[in-house]
Amino acid sequence: MKQKFDIITSTCVPLPLENVDTDQIIPARFLKATTREESFFGENLFRDWRYNADGTLNKDFVLNDPTYGGEILVAGKNFGSGSSREHAAWAIAGYGFRVVISSFFADIHKNNELNNFVLPVVVSDDFLAELFASIKADPKTLVEVDLPYQTVTNKATGRSERFEINGYKKYCLMNALDDIDFLLENKDKIEAWEGKNA
Amino acid sequence: MANTLFDKIWDKHVVQYVEDGPQQLYIDRLYCHEVTSPQAFAGMRARGLKCFRPDHIYCMPDHNTPTHDQDKPIEDPVSKAQVDTLAKNAADFGLTHFGMMNPKNGIIHVVGPERGLSLPGMTIVCGDSHTSTHGAVGAVAFGIGTSEVEMVLASQCILQQKPKSMRINIEGELAQGVTAKDVALYLMSQLTTSGATGYFVEYAGSAVRSLSMEGRLTLCNLSIEMGARGGFIAPDEVTFAYLKGREYAPKGEEWDKAVAYWKTLKSGDDAVFDKELTFQAADIEPRITYGTNPGMGIGITETVPSIETIPEAGRASYLKSLDYMGFQPGQKLLGTPVDYVFLGACTNGRIEDFRAFASIAKGRKKAPHVVAWLVPGSWMVADQIKAEGLDKVLEEAGFELRQPGCSACLAMNDDKIPAGKLAVSTSNRNFEGRQGPGARTVLASPLVAAAAAVTGVITDPRTLM
Repeated sequence: MKQKFDIITSTCVPLPLENVDTDQIIPARFLKATTREESFFGENLFRDWRYNADGTLNKDFVLNDPTYGGEILVAGKNFGSGSSREHAAWAIAGYGFRVVISSFFADIHKNNELNNFVLPVVVSDDFLAELFASIKADPKTLVEVDLPYQTVTNKATGRSERFEINGYKKYCLMNALDDIDFLLENKDKIEAWEGKNA
Repeated sequence: MANTLFDKIWDKHVVQYVEDGPQQLYIDRLYCHEVTSPQAFAGMRARGLKCFRPDHIYCMPDHNTPTHDQDKPIEDPVSKAQVDTLAKNAADFGLTHFGMMNPKNGIIHVVGPERGLSLPGMTIVCGDSHTSTHGAVGAVAFGIGTSEVEMVLASQCILQQKPKSMRINIEGELAQGVTAKDVALYLMSQLTTSGATGYFVEYAGSAVRSLSMEGRLTLCNLSIEMGARGGFIAPDEVTFAYLKGREYAPKGEEWDKAVAYWKTLKSGDDAVFDKELTFQAADIEPRITYGTNPGMGIGITETVPSIETIPEAGRASYLKSLDYMGFQPGQKLLGTPVDYVFLGACTNGRIEDFRAFASIAKGRKKAPHVVAWLVPGSWMVADQIKAEGLDKVLEEAGFELRQPGCSACLAMNDDKIPAGKLAVSTSNRNFEGRQGPGARTVLASPLVAAAAAVTGVITDPRTLM
C-alpha cells in the first residue's frame, strides 16, 4: 500500500531461521488470486508454518504466540530467496509489517518489498544476533527504524547501525511515490533510446 | 573498463542513470504468465494506461494448466479464472497470447527459446525467477516482481540497480552420466543459495562450451537457485545452429546481419569480473538434494552432512530441514524408497531430457509402486518426442506422457505430491511444500529420475548405463 515512511518504533516478531524462501512466506496455492487484496495474502502469510497439517493452529509458531507482535519482522539471513512472487511482499504488508530486518535479503524479494512500501533493513550478523537475544530476553524490546537518517537502533542495548538505501528509493518511500510515476514522465527519453537502437 | 559481456548488453540498454538511484533499463522482451501478471494489468487499467510497446510482449498460461484433457475447461474454477484473465488481458491490451491447446503453448521458459523469441543480446524479463533460463542464448534475462511487470507494460522499462558481474568457469569434460543439471546442483552446494546474490553470472569454460543448447538452458535456469539474478552464456555456433530457422528468429539477410552482431557478443580478453570462480568438471558426479533448499545437495554416493559441519547460526534451520525430509545426518540416500518421479519443468522439460530419461527406461519397466509424471515443457517438445518414437519406448516401459505445463514443479494445478511422499524430481526447488503441502522433494537430473523410476529407489544411474 502506498504510504509515507518516516520513523517507525515498534516491538518485533522474531523468526530466527535462515533461507526463509518465498514459498514459505506465501505458498503457491495462494497465488491464484487476480486482485491485489493484501488482507487475503496477509491472512495466509507463512500459512504452512502457522497451521498444522490437520488445519489446527500451530501454537509453537511465532505468529501464533501472543508474546510477540509489532510492525517489524526480524529474520535470519537470506530472507526471501526463491520465487519472484510479489505476493510474498503483499502478504508481509497485508499482515501489518512495515519493516523486515535481516542480515541478508534475496534481491528480487528485496525490490518487491520496496515496491510495496515495506522497508528491508540490512544489518550486520552481530547486530542481528544481538537483536534476537534482546527480543528473547524481553519480547517488549523496541527497535527504532529511522529512514531519514538511515539508522536502526536496538533500544534494549542502545546499539545503532546505519543501513543502506539508494537516494531515489528513499525519496519514493518518504513521499509515497512509485516507479511508474517516474517512468511515465520519461517517455521522451525512452523514445530517444529506441530511435538510436532500432 | 570492465568489458564483460554483461556490461556490454546491460549498458547498451540503459536509457538513463537516475541520480543517486537505479538505472532505467530498456527491455526488449517481456513474457507474461497468468500468475504474476493480473495485478499488473489491473494497475494499468486503474491508471488508464495502454501498453507502450505491445509487440515486445508475449503471454501464455503455464502454471495452472492441467496436464490432461486440456481441450476441456479447467475444472478448478480459481485456476480457470486466472487463465481466462490472462487471455482477456492480452486481448484488451493487444498482446500476443499462446493459450492452452495453441500449438505454441508450453512453459514460457521453454517456449521463448524454442520459438526464437529469445535472442542473443536482448534484455528479457518475466514475473518469474526462472527467467534466467533465456540467458542460455546469450541474453540478459531475469525475473521481476509484479510491480515491475506493470512498469514494463507501461513504459517498456524498469528501474534496476546494476548487479555485479561474476564468471564461473567449468573446465574439462563431464563424465558419463553427469549432466548440466548436476553441474548446477554442484554449483549451488558450493556457493549456497545466496552465494551469487547481487551478481549476474557468465558461465564459461570448456565444459560449458560443450553443452548442448538444452543443457545450457538447464544450467542458466538454475542461476537463481544460488541467488544470482541471472546467468548467461556467450552465444557461439551452438547458439546460432539452435536458433536458425526458428519461427521468430530473423530470416535471410536479417539473419546474416544478426549473426554478425551476435558474434561480437563476448567478454573481452581483458574483462574484469567482480568475482571469478573456476571448478573442474571431473569433480562432479550425479547429484541429489537431501534438504529443503537447492543448495543442500550431495553427490549421489555421498552421505547427508553431519551436524558438526554446519555453522552454528544455521543449525536450527538445518535440523528443521532434515526433520521435514525425514533424513538423518550421516545417512546414505542410495536405496531410499521413492514414491513419485517427476520429469519436466522449465529446468528439465526439453527434448534432451526426455531422450535421457528414455535411454534408462528403454528395455526396463517402471517400478510398480512408483507414480511417474512425465510432462513435456511445450507442445513442440511433445511433438518431437513422438517424432523420435520416444513415446513408444516410454509406453513399453510403463510410462505415460502428460500434456505440457509447469505441473508438479509448484503444484498449482492438480499434480500435487501427497503429504509425506518422497519425490525424485527434475524441477528446480525442494522447498517445504513446494510440490504440495507436506511433499518431500529430492532434486535430480532426468537420468537419476529415470533410474529411481525403474528401480523404485534412489539409484546411481551410472549402474544402469
